[in-house]
Amino acid sequence: MTEPVLSVRDLRVEFATRRGVLKAIDGVSFDIARGEILGVVGESGAGKSVTGAAVIGLIDPPGRIAGGEIRLGGERIDNLPPEKMRRIRGRRIGMIFQDPLTSLNPLYRIGRQIIETVQTHTDLSAKAARTRAIDLLAEVGIPAPERRIDGYPHEFSGGMRQRVVIALALAAEPELIIADEPTTALDVSVQAQIITLLKRLGRDHGTAVMLVTHDMGVIAEAADRVAVMYSGRVAEIGPVRAVVGDPLHPYAKGLMGAIPTLTQDTGRLAQIPGAMPRLTAIPPGCAFNPRCPKVFVRCRVERPDPIPVGEHRVACHLYDRAEVAA
Amino acid sequence: MSGPTPYVEVEGLRRLFDVSKPWLNRMIERKPKQWLKAVDGVGFTIQRGETFALVGESGSGKSTVARMVVGLLPPSAGDVRITGVSMTDPAQGAARRQLRRRIQMVFQDPYASMNPRWRVGKIVAEPIRAFDLIQGEAAIAARVGELLTLVGLHPDDRVKYPHEFSGGQRQRVAIARALASEAEFLVGDEPTSALDVSVQAQILNLMRDLQDRLGLTYLFISHNLAVVRHMATRIGVMYLGRVVEIGGGRELFTRPKHPYTRMLLDAVPDIGLTGRQRTPVSGEIPNPIDPPPGCSFNPRCPFANDRCRAEVPALIEGVACHAYQERRLT
Repeated sequence: MTEPVLSVRDLRVEFATRRGVLKAIDGVSFDIARGEILGVVGESGAGKSVTGAAVIGLIDPPGRIAGGEIRLGGERIDNLPPEKMRRIRGRRIGMIFQDPLTSLNPLYRIGRQIIETVQTHTDLSAKAARTRAIDLLAEVGIPAPERRIDGYPHEFSGGMRQRVVIALALAAEPELIIADEPTTALDVSVQAQIITLLKRLGRDHGTAVMLVTHDMGVIAEAADRVAVMYSGRVAEIGPVRAVVGDPLHPYAKGLMGAIPTLTQDTGRLAQIPGAMPRLTAIPPGCAFNPRCPKVFVRCRVERPDPIPVGEHRVACHLYDRAEVAA
Repeated sequence: MSGPTPYVEVEGLRRLFDVSKPWLNRMIERKPKQWLKAVDGVGFTIQRGETFALVGESGSGKSTVARMVVGLLPPSAGDVRITGVSMTDPAQGAARRQLRRRIQMVFQDPYASMNPRWRVGKIVAEPIRAFDLIQGEAAIAARVGELLTLVGLHPDDRVKYPHEFSGGQRQRVAIARALASEAEFLVGDEPTSALDVSVQAQILNLMRDLQDRLGLTYLFISHNLAVVRHMATRIGVMYLGRVVEIGGGRELFTRPKHPYTRMLLDAVPDIGLTGRQRTPVSGEIPNPIDPPPGCSFNPRCPFANDRCRAEVPALIEGVACHAYQERRLT
C-alpha cells in the first residue's frame, strides 16, 4: 500500500480557558490517500473545523495541539516551527474557506492575488506567473479568464469568487486541500458546480481533499470516504456508501434518519433527543451515551475506541466482540 | 372557483425596491431611477390546515413574499387576502387588526428575534399582553407554562434567558411565542436553516405535530428542497421574483415540469443519491436589477428559443414556460 498523503494519529487539541482545559479534539485518527476525498461531517461543535485548522497549523493560542501526530507525505508537521509551517501552508496544503469574500483582499485585483501566491511558492517570472494564473482561472471554470483576471473580487458572483479561491488554493499544486464548508454559502445550483470541480481535482491532479461540511448531501455526492464526528471524536469512518447507506454507530444512524431526502417519502423524521454536549460538560465514557437509545452500563464508564466492523471503523461498545457474544 | 374559500389568497403580488444612486449622482450622470423587481406577479392560494412552501435560490424573492403576506412590507401592487380580509385595503383596517394576532412569523435566527435581556417567560407572554388576551398575572403565567410544554420545553424554563438555550430550544421558544396570540397561520422564513440536522428534525417534527393538534396553516419558506418536500402539501418554485411552477408536493418532485425545477432537483446533493453522475448545471442567477428580457430563465435554459427571449411566459396550469406549453420539452 502506498503511503497516505495525510495521516492523523490520535490528535488532541485543547483550549485552556479560565474554566479549565476544554478538549476540542480528543483522539482523532484518519488517513487520506492520494486523489481521495475524505468527508468530515458532524454538527456544530463536533470539532470538524478544528481538525482542519490543526492539520494546516492554524490553531491559535489559547488552543494547542496537546498530543498525537500529523504526517504529510510521511513527514511530521504538527511540531514544526512556525516559519517552516508557513512554507508548507499554501505550498503543500491548500485551504478553501466557507466565505470566499473573506479569503480575498477586496482592494487587489484577483490576478495580483493569484500571481503573488504563485510567485511566493514557485520561481516563475512575473510574466510566466500571469500565464499560470490565467490557466488556473480557466481550470476552475471562469469564463474569459484573460479578461476576468483584472477584475476585483466584488465584480464576481459568490460562485465565481469561490472558484477564484479554489484557483488560489491550487496555485502551488498542493498535495492536500482542506475545504472547510466550501459550498455552504452558495446556492444549490452553484454548489453542484463546485462539488463537480472538487471531484475533478482529485481525479486530474491526484490532490487529496479533506472536505469539512455539515451537509450530508454534499458528502454523499462528493466524498469517497466519510468520517462522522461527535464531541471531538470520530464516531464512525468508512467508505461513503457504507456509512451513508448502512450506518452502524447509533449517532450516525440517528443523523442519517434525521435528514429529509428527495428520493423517498418520509413520515416522521427520526430524531435524536437532546443536543450535543458542550465542551465544558462532556459526559464520561462514550460522549453520546446520554442521547443513545442503546446505551448500557459500559457506555457510561468506558470510552469506546474505534474498532473495525466490515468496511467501517466504529467507536461503539455495541460492536465489541465481547458484547456481541454476550 | 371550486372548493372551499382559501385561507390565504395572494394575487398579482409585486414589490419594487428603489436601488437608484443618490439624487445628485443621478443628476450629474444623467441616469434614470433604477428599480429592482424583487417580486413580480406572484399569485397562489393556501387552504386552511395546509402547508404551502415557497422554494428558490437566494434572490428569488421568497422572503419578500413572506414579509408581504404577514404585512411587514407593503406590496407595490397586488393584494393579499387572509380569510377574505385584504391586507392592503385601507377600508378594512379594523378587520385587519382583528386578524393580526392570527398571523405570526417564525424567523431563521431565533437568537436575533428575541430580546436577550428578557426572560423567556416575558418573551412568550408579550403577545398575550399586547393583544390583552388574558387578564391577571397568575393566568398569564399558567398560559405561558402551557405554551412551553406544548413546544416540548419545561414550564420552569420561563425564568431563563435566551442565551441559556441551544439553537433548537430557542426556535421552540419562538414557536411558543408565535402560538401565544392564538395564531392559526404561521409563516416560517427558513425556520430550520440555522439548525443542525438532528435539531432540524426535532423542529420539523414539532411543527407537524402542532399542525395536527391545532389545525395550523403554514407558509413555509426554504431553500432546502428536501425539507420542503418533507413539510409541504403544495409547493411554489420561485425564480427571479416569479413563480415558475406550482403544484402538489409529490407531483412536483416526481414529475417536475419547468426546466428550472428540473435543474434544481438535479443539482441538489442528496444522501439518497451517493455517487450519481450529474448533468452539469450551467450559469448562475442573473442580476435582478437587469434581468434578461422574456423568460428570466432563458439564458440558462436548454429549451430556450426566440419566443422565450422576448415574451414573459404566463403561469398556465401551474407552469410558466413556453417550451412546456408548446410541448417542446423532452
